[in-house]
Amino acid sequence: MGLLSKKDAALIKDPLFDNNPVTIQVLGICSALAITAELEASIVMAIAVLFVLGIGNVLISLMRNIIPSKIRIIVQLVVVATLVIIVDLVLKAYAYELSKTLSVFVGLIITNCIIMGRFEAFALANSPWQSFLDGIGNAAGYGIILVMVGFFRELLGAGTLLGIPVLGDPIEKTGLYALGYENNGFMLLAPMALITLGIIIWAQRSRNKALIED
Amino acid sequence: MEHIELFLKSIFIDNMVFATFLGMCSYLAVSKKVSTAVGLGAAVIFVLTITVPLNWLLDQYILQPGALSWLGEEYAAYDLSFLSFILFIATIATMVQLVEIVVEKFLPSLYNSLGIFLPLIAVNCAILGGSLFMQSREIPTLGLSTVYGIGSGIGFFLAILTIAAIREKIRYSNVPPALRGLGITFIITGLMAIGFMSFGGMLTGDDEEAKEEKTAQVNTVIKNTNKELANNTKVNE
Repeated sequence: MGLLSKKDAALIKDPLFDNNPVTIQVLGICSALAITAELEASIVMAIAVLFVLGIGNVLISLMRNIIPSKIRIIVQLVVVATLVIIVDLVLKAYAYELSKTLSVFVGLIITNCIIMGRFEAFALANSPWQSFLDGIGNAAGYGIILVMVGFFRELLGAGTLLGIPVLGDPIEKTGLYALGYENNGFMLLAPMALITLGIIIWAQRSRNKALIED
Repeated sequence: MEHIELFLKSIFIDNMVFATFLGMCSYLAVSKKVSTAVGLGAAVIFVLTITVPLNWLLDQYILQPGALSWLGEEYAAYDLSFLSFILFIATIATMVQLVEIVVEKFLPSLYNSLGIFLPLIAVNCAILGGSLFMQSREIPTLGLSTVYGIGSGIGFFLAILTIAAIREKIRYSNVPPALRGLGITFIITGLMAIGFMSFGGMLTGDDEEAKEEKTAQVNTVIKNTNKELANNTKVNE
């Protein structure tokens, strides 16, 4: 890490695992789970949040000395909403099908608690460069969980990854299906996102005993 | 009839928490005790009932393509729908503030029980989600959008109340240490969501799209079985 000092590197690394915004801080679950039935949608969502949080953190940090504290929530909402509108318009222009799949969940990035949480807790008190790193780190931590859930749900539910069949053809009975394997269509339904995430939390906390609650 | 149908649909079938995962953050954070859960649930019903119809008016008369035609012919070509996120969230934030002031002034007892939750609600995804779903589902009238707001609020109330009750009881159970707290709450919510899916068949009477989808599914299953049968006969021969 020649480019970054140790402290800066920690800003990126911590939220990835030990202080993950989703599994530890319980933020940003709202707009995330519904779109993880496919890996592709999860990746796009992760990139969108990375963009919004990275840029938004810098903007808020640049304005931190001129925002009156009474109206800071409104200012934050306006910044996020503007960035989200950009993301939405770009998606509609270049990936129309995908923007249909994500539907209202792009708009719901606005109320994603991670973003407001980082603005409040970090960007309002730190320099732009550090805020940028913090934003990237937290968004990446969120993205990792999203991609993990999306990976398992698409693989086990449809036998594909990014729409490409990886386990063979379920109708022609090739690959794994020749051995009697069946897709678990239940994985594609909404409740399984919650249960998958519950299991990820379980695995993470069994590995790191310090995170156990109570 | 239409109203009752949408009401039941928004409570049970399209439940905010279990079907669309909206409002998850506050759902998880404020569900440790039943009494606080009731407070937040009531505040969500309250705010949704006000903001969804308000945003419906905004959508209908300002944002939709051609919505500005009431101003005059020359405005009919404008399409401001790209502004909907920012206007919706601004409406919600202002309304929450306004409601807070009014309630504090005239209903101090209600303010004491709801008060601390109202600011939280401005950034609750369930509230913005309610407005965005109202827009994307193209709910046709003001009355229906009000019903949709109330129904979604009650759905959220129901969800947060049940999980709070379960979490109060589960404290006495022997949960594996790593699952305690957040993990088990997720899994229980998942199981409850599976339960709520059983409401899905409640109102399929005139849902043409769902019917078509189902027929398509059945057709593919039949096709697959036929294919298998053909393969089997080939093997047998």
